[in-house]
Amino acid sequence: MTSKHQTHESGFVRKYIFSLDHKVIGLQYMFTALTFLLLGFGFVLLMRWQLAYPGKAIPLIGGWLSDTLAPGGVMLPEFYNQLGAMHGTIMVFLGIVPLGVGFYGNYFLPLQIGAGDMAFPKLNMMSYWTYFVGGILMLSSFWLPGGAAQSGWTSYPPLSVIAPSGQTMWLLSMTFIITSSLFGSINFIVTTINMRAPGLTWMRLPIFVWGQFVTAILLLFAFPVLQAGAILQLLDRVAGTCFYLPAGLVVSGTLLERVGGGSALLYQHLFWFLAHPEVYVLILPAIGIVGEIIANNTRKPLFGYKTIVASMIFLGVLSFLVWAHHMFLSGMKTSLSRIFMVTTMVISIPSVAILSCYIFSLWGGSIRYRLPMLFALAFLPMFGIGGLTGLPLGFLPTDIYLHDTYYVIGHFHYVVVTGTLVALMGGLYYWFPKMFGRTMNSFWGHVHFWGTLICMNGIFFPMFIQGMAGMQRRLYDPTVQAHNLSTQFLSPFQFLSAMLLLVFQFPFIINLFVSLFKGKKPVENPWEATTLEWACPSPPPHGNFTSLPKVYRGPYEYSVPGQKLDFIPQNKES
Amino acid sequence: MIDPSNYTVGLPIAASTYASKVDLSLNILQWGMVAIFVIWGIFFTYCLVRFRSRNNPSASYAAANKGGALSFLPDVMVLGFEIWLIFFLGLPIWAEIKETFPTAMESNVVELVAEQYAWGFQYSGDDGLFAKRDPKQISSGNTIGLDANDPNGKDDYVSINELHVPLGKPTLLYMSSKDVIHSFFVPEFRVKQDVVPGMRVPLWFEPTKTGRFEIGCAQLCGLGHYRMRGEVVVHTPEEFEVWKQEKMKEKEI
Amino acid sequence: MSSSAIEYNSTGIPHGKLGMWVFLASEIMLFGAFISAYIVLRIGSPNFGVPPESVMGRPLATLNTFVLITSSATMVLALAAIQRDNIKQFTWFMVLTSVLGLTFLGIKAFEYQHKIHEGLTLSSGLFGSFYYTLTGLHALHMIGGLVFNTYVLIQGLRGVFNSHHHERVEYAGLYWHFVDLVWVILFPVFYLV
Repeated sequence: MTSKHQTHESGFVRKYIFSLDHKVIGLQYMFTALTFLLLGFGFVLLMRWQLAYPGKAIPLIGGWLSDTLAPGGVMLPEFYNQLGAMHGTIMVFLGIVPLGVGFYGNYFLPLQIGAGDMAFPKLNMMSYWTYFVGGILMLSSFWLPGGAAQSGWTSYPPLSVIAPSGQTMWLLSMTFIITSSLFGSINFIVTTINMRAPGLTWMRLPIFVWGQFVTAILLLFAFPVLQAGAILQLLDRVAGTCFYLPAGLVVSGTLLERVGGGSALLYQHLFWFLAHPEVYVLILPAIGIVGEIIANNTRKPLFGYKTIVASMIFLGVLSFLVWAHHMFLSGMKTSLSRIFMVTTMVISIPSVAILSCYIFSLWGGSIRYRLPMLFALAFLPMFGIGGLTGLPLGFLPTDIYLHDTYYVIGHFHYVVVTGTLVALMGGLYYWFPKMFGRTMNSFWGHVHFWGTLICMNGIFFPMFIQGMAGMQRRLYDPTVQAHNLSTQFLSPFQFLSAMLLLVFQFPFIINLFVSLFKGKKPVENPWEATTLEWACPSPPPHGNFTSLPKVYRGPYEYSVPGQKLDFIPQNKES
Repeated sequence: MIDPSNYTVGLPIAASTYASKVDLSLNILQWGMVAIFVIWGIFFTYCLVRFRSRNNPSASYAAANKGGALSFLPDVMVLGFEIWLIFFLGLPIWAEIKETFPTAMESNVVELVAEQYAWGFQYSGDDGLFAKRDPKQISSGNTIGLDANDPNGKDDYVSINELHVPLGKPTLLYMSSKDVIHSFFVPEFRVKQDVVPGMRVPLWFEPTKTGRFEIGCAQLCGLGHYRMRGEVVVHTPEEFEVWKQEKMKEKEI
Repeated sequence: MSSSAIEYNSTGIPHGKLGMWVFLASEIMLFGAFISAYIVLRIGSPNFGVPPESVMGRPLATLNTFVLITSSATMVLALAAIQRDNIKQFTWFMVLTSVLGLTFLGIKAFEYQHKIHEGLTLSSGLFGSFYYTLTGLHALHMIGGLVFNTYVLIQGLRGVFNSHHHERVEYAGLYWHFVDLVWVILFPVFYLV
């Protein structure tokens, strides 16, 4: 049975819903993850309203909310905490990672290594559907008695153990997400090791593939540890164990009749052992995409390819040795803090190396300011701010003051939103012609880019100022505390920026759907790129390549002296 | 009432002995960050203009491999900056704030008991000995659960949401929690420490100003996290003595 | 299973084998996390609640360990048999492996009953919590292994495997040995220390 035959015979369900084709699964991931991103963003809009105008009724939609969440349209603290926990969980586990790994990895990793599909197509399909079920379970928890999880996305016990039933659902849902990620990472690792086209040696892999490969390894090793932590928490909640509970807890005046003996800090160690590598899971796919776009639009090879690859591997390894820098003030041994400060400062070096290599890549280039390039260029200084503001948080004396303030929130949103998310959006404009054989509208793309970039900074930069004034995170109403009043005037501005950010996503969403059907048809390989994904038709058929591509050179042979064209595809025999 | 002029855009006033050291580290780091960002930014902007396709129609293949060891200059500079920071600021200041504690003799010792959503403070009275606390004896009149049978507790007194301390003497807090994790945070003192159930975490500070300063909870502890606030009241030594006597008299009645 | 022209393997290792190794690496992290948590709390907790030896029943657990190690050996023999195209021996050794696995679970169930009777339960103290959580998780993995073995046995009876083509027997073996290895670590952790 040939592949063409297969697609003809299978019906709609097999073709678009339970498809085994990595490209269809990739697109399923893309649309689901984008929906979750929008939803998570919607949650934070409600929160920003409450922060900007505490105690005022939410306009327009406030009346729709039930009285258990927002009587008279005024948000209750329990609702605020639910939104906060769900915003974090959805953005990280159901939005960015599925977009960066599930979508980009699934769609482009096989294409870039010249493979017909992933190594285990059925496992790939199961990975998407377990993720989907996990996501639905997570959202359904809002309808449980007591509402969704409300102990923050970190779910520290004992608070999470005594929380309402939404927390149990959170843990179950995380189990689905972790299983999905396990299926995915096994697939990515085996595919990358085993299915590279002939001639595609490790040092000829595009940076994007390296990013995905290291990411998959991080997911493989880090997630099981959170799974263990989640199972222990689940047992504490439902089976009466005390892994995280010491003896003699008194909750709202009643003594908990438990044997105790457990440690609240144990969970934090297990959680951050996952959640720090998770940061690199968020950022490495973005770094990969930015590398592709920069090489393509400077029309020259990336500066220091080997340094970048080595830095990615080093980041991956070291990311398992820095987790406790989230716990400097948790009450763990102070001597441990010293060790983790040193490893944290060390891990900044490979990040600096990658960023400098990208900036040096501009030198001597012939820069084309196409739309994807704008996103990639914006990534550099934005990720720079995110990275630099990490220094005072990893540094013991300053972390004493800044820990758990809005400074932290600003820091990681610069990394994950203005950094990663901007790069992921750029990747979409870059690869849209590949996926659909059409181009997205450039004018509306520019509107989307500038609007998004400015509004994002409008939300996140004031957070550094608020953090410096000492404003703690996760406060339902910051104005209750005197030290937060001096920077409260920034909150309405942040709310306005967030609303405008929403407005500027509409050109993107409309552009995406209109271009799917009506976009201009580009020539083959419109960006004149060198990597293998452009060696097959757009959109690629089932099985991708008509014949097995052979690779003769590195990934970024642009502007090679003495050649007529300024690019030589990897599969071109010279 | 807390003086609103304690707070502006930027850091609050510094009111403890080690606050200035934290501020110094923060300033050095922030200006270092700005310097790195500006240097990067200038180079970046120069490249964006100088090497745009209009100004540089054909890219240089060789540029990707030029530079050699020089390209590691940013890494080396950042590494050097960080090593200096760690050894000259990070470790010594950390040791001073979190690892060396004043003796009980020379300081004002207070037991802190956090709960959803209040701060309880237990003082030892004249004998310097604290009564044990028993979770079984917690009631609305005895929120921190002082053990009524402990003779050391005769002169112990308690204040809720107000920590009274004298000027000119370090205060040593032993912190524990009844229910969930809280975090003791006084912005003016530049001090923060999680309060963990099942643990007894020590913390010290020495105020340099009299007045009232805010205690906030910095770790999500439930619905009332945002309103879990208290105040540190810093007295002159004489005033502190007066307050203490009043408190002990209240107890006898 | 894409049937297009592209079937190329860069390393020569079958996908399934590599996938199984990668999966087991992840499993090591899962059990590693549990065992680390156990060690941390056993050292640090004020009341870990280690029960007396009579409750734990060392001899029975030692017997059980022996049963499981024997099942690993029969699994190796089953693979060796199929490599020699000896279907009959393969079948017998696969059946024996599963019977030994079931024996292990049976003894385990008996042990649970005895311990619960003696007052060691999931919520009676940290030792009990860890004991039931970890051995329970291990038992779940055993059940998974038994399902996998049964599947391999049925396929073998249908004549799917021969001396050239028996990858799945090998994968089932890898998994089964891993599950045994976990027990070999759990046994001293709970019964001997």
